Amino acid sequence: MATTTTPEAVEKTVYGALPQFGVEESDISRDATFEDLDVDSLDLAELSQIIEDEHGVQLKGDDVAKIKTVGDAIDLVVNRAA
Amino acid sequence: MSHRPDTAVALVTGASKGIGAAIAQALAADGWAVAVNYRSDKDGADRTVAAIEEAGGKAVALHGDVANGAPAELFKQAEEQLGAPVLALVNNAGVTADGLAIQMDDEDWDIVLQTNLTAAFRMTRGAMRPMIKARYGRVINVASVVGPRANAGQANYAAAKAGLIGMTKTIAHEVAKRGVTVNAVAPGFIETDMTKDVPEAVKEAVPARRAGTPEEVAAAVRFLASDDAGYVTGTTLFVDGGMSA
Repeated sequence: MATTTTPEAVEKTVYGALPQFGVEESDISRDATFEDLDVDSLDLAELSQIIEDEHGVQLKGDDVAKIKTVGDAIDLVVNRAA
Repeated sequence: MSHRPDTAVALVTGASKGIGAAIAQALAADGWAVAVNYRSDKDGADRTVAAIEEAGGKAVALHGDVANGAPAELFKQAEEQLGAPVLALVNNAGVTADGLAIQMDDEDWDIVLQTNLTAAFRMTRGAMRPMIKARYGRVINVASVVGPRANAGQANYAAAKAGLIGMTKTIAHEVAKRGVTVNAVAPGFIETDMTKDVPEAVKEAVPARRAGTPEEVAAAVRFLASDDAGYVTGTTLFVDGGMSA
């Protein structure tokens, strides 16, 4: 498990994981919504597990339901770790 | 179509005897390293492991009460002892506590639901993470012809097994796109310790006019766990000599 949960480190994890779900790298930005990226609830559940493995931050179903954009996800993880 | 990785572990709950032991042996014969879970019958589990090893397969006996334990621990131990993640889970452990509904006490209802349904859910939930990560997985729930069909004296068992079939369909839907399949087999009257007191008349009511064998159920599980069944998910395969037809 990585020890850093800086915005940059979390962004790297999220940006690195999204292509596994079929997202084009060029479409990824902080403002992109998961809906637009065609990232569904199972993808988000898997993304949560990757984040937990990398940063030790556990996201629950209710947390995941609230996030809309890539930036929301990154901010939530960074805030949780703080 | 995805293929099973070269090293993969199948965890079979309640595999010390009967249908579970036959399933463990059939999966080992198909190249799975098998974790043979048992609750109380260590000798039985050791016999299952010995039979697998004698046939050239790989297996370990794994103690744990699925109804009262931590599934995470079972997955961890299976992976540690067999050197690969669990990519097939067979929820086979089951109990009965029969009685007419009018006389059935809460304890008999609870224990059957807890073991046959809740434990299967918790095990399945625990199995999802490594399977999704691997983009490959097989979950097979051992249901029963009782549930889809009535059987007086088994309201608890029927509820649990019908629940298992419903759960199978929904989880299959949730994880299908990750190469993980979730299916059920529904045995009818199979000759095991659990059915040894079933009256002869029941056997005569089976269209096939005989009881099935644990090996016949195991063959269905072996198929559902195979690469050949990669496009089969959310279904229930009845192994019942025509009882449900």
